[in-house]
Amino acid sequence: MAELTMVSAVCQALGRALEDDKDVVLLGEDVGANGGVFRASEGLQEIYGADRVIDTPLAEAGIGGVTVGMAAAGLKPVAEFQFLGFIYSAFDQIISHVARLRNRTRGRLSCPLVIRAPYGGGIHGPEHHSESTEALFAHIPGLRVVVPSSPLRAYGLLLAAIRNPDPVMFLEPKRVYRTVKQEVPDDGEALPLDLCFTLREGGDVTLVSWGAAVTETMAAAETLSGMGIEAEVIDVATLTPLDMPTILSSVEKTGRCVIVHEAPYTGGFGAEIAARLAEKGLLHLLSPVLRVTGYDTVIPYAKNEHRYLVSEKRIIDAVRRTVAFPEEP
Amino acid sequence: MSDLDIPYTRYLDPEGQVTTELPAFAQDQSELIELYRRMTFARRYDGKLTAMQRTGRIPSYAPELGEEAVRVGYASAMKKEDVLLGTYRDTAAMIVRGVTIDEDLMFWAGDERGNVYAGPAEDFPLTTPIATQTTQAVGVAYAFKLRGEKRVAVTTIGDGGSSKGDFYEAMNFAGAWQVPVVFIIINNQWAISMPRERQSAAKTLAQKGLAAGIPGEQVDGNDVIAVQDVVSRALENARSGGGPTVIEVITYRLTDHSTADDASRYRDPDEVSAHWKNEPLIRLRTYLTESQAWTKGDEENLLASVDQEIEDGISRYEAQEGLPPEAMFDHMFAELPNDLKEQRATAMAEFSDSEENGHG
Repeated sequence: MAELTMVSAVCQALGRALEDDKDVVLLGEDVGANGGVFRASEGLQEIYGADRVIDTPLAEAGIGGVTVGMAAAGLKPVAEFQFLGFIYSAFDQIISHVARLRNRTRGRLSCPLVIRAPYGGGIHGPEHHSESTEALFAHIPGLRVVVPSSPLRAYGLLLAAIRNPDPVMFLEPKRVYRTVKQEVPDDGEALPLDLCFTLREGGDVTLVSWGAAVTETMAAAETLSGMGIEAEVIDVATLTPLDMPTILSSVEKTGRCVIVHEAPYTGGFGAEIAARLAEKGLLHLLSPVLRVTGYDTVIPYAKNEHRYLVSEKRIIDAVRRTVAFPEEP
Repeated sequence: MSDLDIPYTRYLDPEGQVTTELPAFAQDQSELIELYRRMTFARRYDGKLTAMQRTGRIPSYAPELGEEAVRVGYASAMKKEDVLLGTYRDTAAMIVRGVTIDEDLMFWAGDERGNVYAGPAEDFPLTTPIATQTTQAVGVAYAFKLRGEKRVAVTTIGDGGSSKGDFYEAMNFAGAWQVPVVFIIINNQWAISMPRERQSAAKTLAQKGLAAGIPGEQVDGNDVIAVQDVVSRALENARSGGGPTVIEVITYRLTDHSTADDASRYRDPDEVSAHWKNEPLIRLRTYLTESQAWTKGDEENLLASVDQEIEDGISRYEAQEGLPPEAMFDHMFAELPNDLKEQRATAMAEFSDSEENGHG
């Protein structure tokens, strides 16, 4: 079996969804003949036609609105926003309609839709192409926010998102679109939403991460193992609704937690996890919960971008601090 | 009026005189009497809702006084299987569509169950954000077209709303995709305190469609025959694959923007008085009376039956069971996620605690 990159796994899942369910449509800018600017829908228009793999005019608020209308009228639209940085003109649709149509109509109408957007830094993108604003969406009641971190999870979680009867924001960390390959069988098997994935077991510290930062987190865990520190690594995957029991039970075991994300520090989703650990896991904690995150700065242009992104070294330093607490490492 | 090719339609002038030969449906006086009944209902119900807000029985309401011909006209033109995506000022249309008085009252009273329409089950609920319904209507219309259904999405927007980017995007999508959607701009001359002439330098609002490749028309919005006629033609065009239309319906908001507004702060009362001469009920009543189709007795009977219908609806609304507290959680998702189940349980314990202790 051929190994797939994450972006190819996304494409495979989209093809599977189009094949399995005639109500599924894809729409977005350049998703058709061009196969998407990252090729996430490559070849699909040829197979499924321009009526179901729909090139839209260049208008993001409009894409947001038509996606709502399609979903409420019985289709299962999967809308691609070319970059998360371009989604904000559709924010009104997302917060005012996507997230609440089911609730305000008591289920008479609903929004079974997926909004996909590549996000995050690390590919030397131009301005507005690199932000990590998942916490903005995680704050909105009525949305699921899902972030895959590998080809396998991209395939399984995207199928789950498309089949889910409620709206899902599916944020794809484009830095890892092509860095890892895995065997991804096109078996149509979805992965569970609303559950964290434990990627590595360990008894000394819990590392909690999602998206592209999982790469550095896993690398740090391997390095730490060589230093005699065994880290448990949790890929949150579905930020909201949050599977706190998985995180709590790990921290009950390890007593220590470091949260790693690319997004800015203040109000980042790590703050939510840290707050819940304080509320529900305080007596299991042997040291303060630490966060390794982006800074509260605008993500730099290409020249300084690498200094903004979380590094393996920063994660290791934080783990050593939490393990040594209350001493300095 | 414009230098551009924007047709304008009117059949009855403000004095109730026929200016152009009436369209076929309006040659049938029973049809006109039904339109008059619907407009009378709208007028009386609007007055009732406004009074209920003033006496604290509902928290807010967006009145439609003077605009009855618009909503009755376009909603009467629609087929049952069409879908309406209106604004917050489309109550009278929703009633014509089959929303019940008790459903509508629940909505205005602040109870989401009011959006569960037993009648037009695919119509969108009245929407508050401006212009967002217009792009949604394009999506609904796309679904109709994809499935080969002979149905049309109808969406309304105000003169103020027609300034929003969403509306321009909606028209552009609709033109590019040639989907069955009809955009109705309800130009009532005022967007809260902003008069039409300061809202846009466009000579007509209908011409906004032209740039998107969509025909635009104007219609006298206080002539219910003209509204129903123009909208019917646009609907049939869309239904038969002819694509979208933009219709500017010209009317006048005779009252405040909402029950929280006081139009006397920004609008000359003499202007309002002058517009009372153009209001839509008088002209149709004059026409029907002069055609020997309507008498003073008919009018008295109609008012009595409409008022009774409204009182019956209010009684049904008041007989509804109260809204259970857990309702706020139970419709967030198809299946309540574990994370939210926990919040629901905590909240329910808190509600029961505070309500038992008289703090609810």
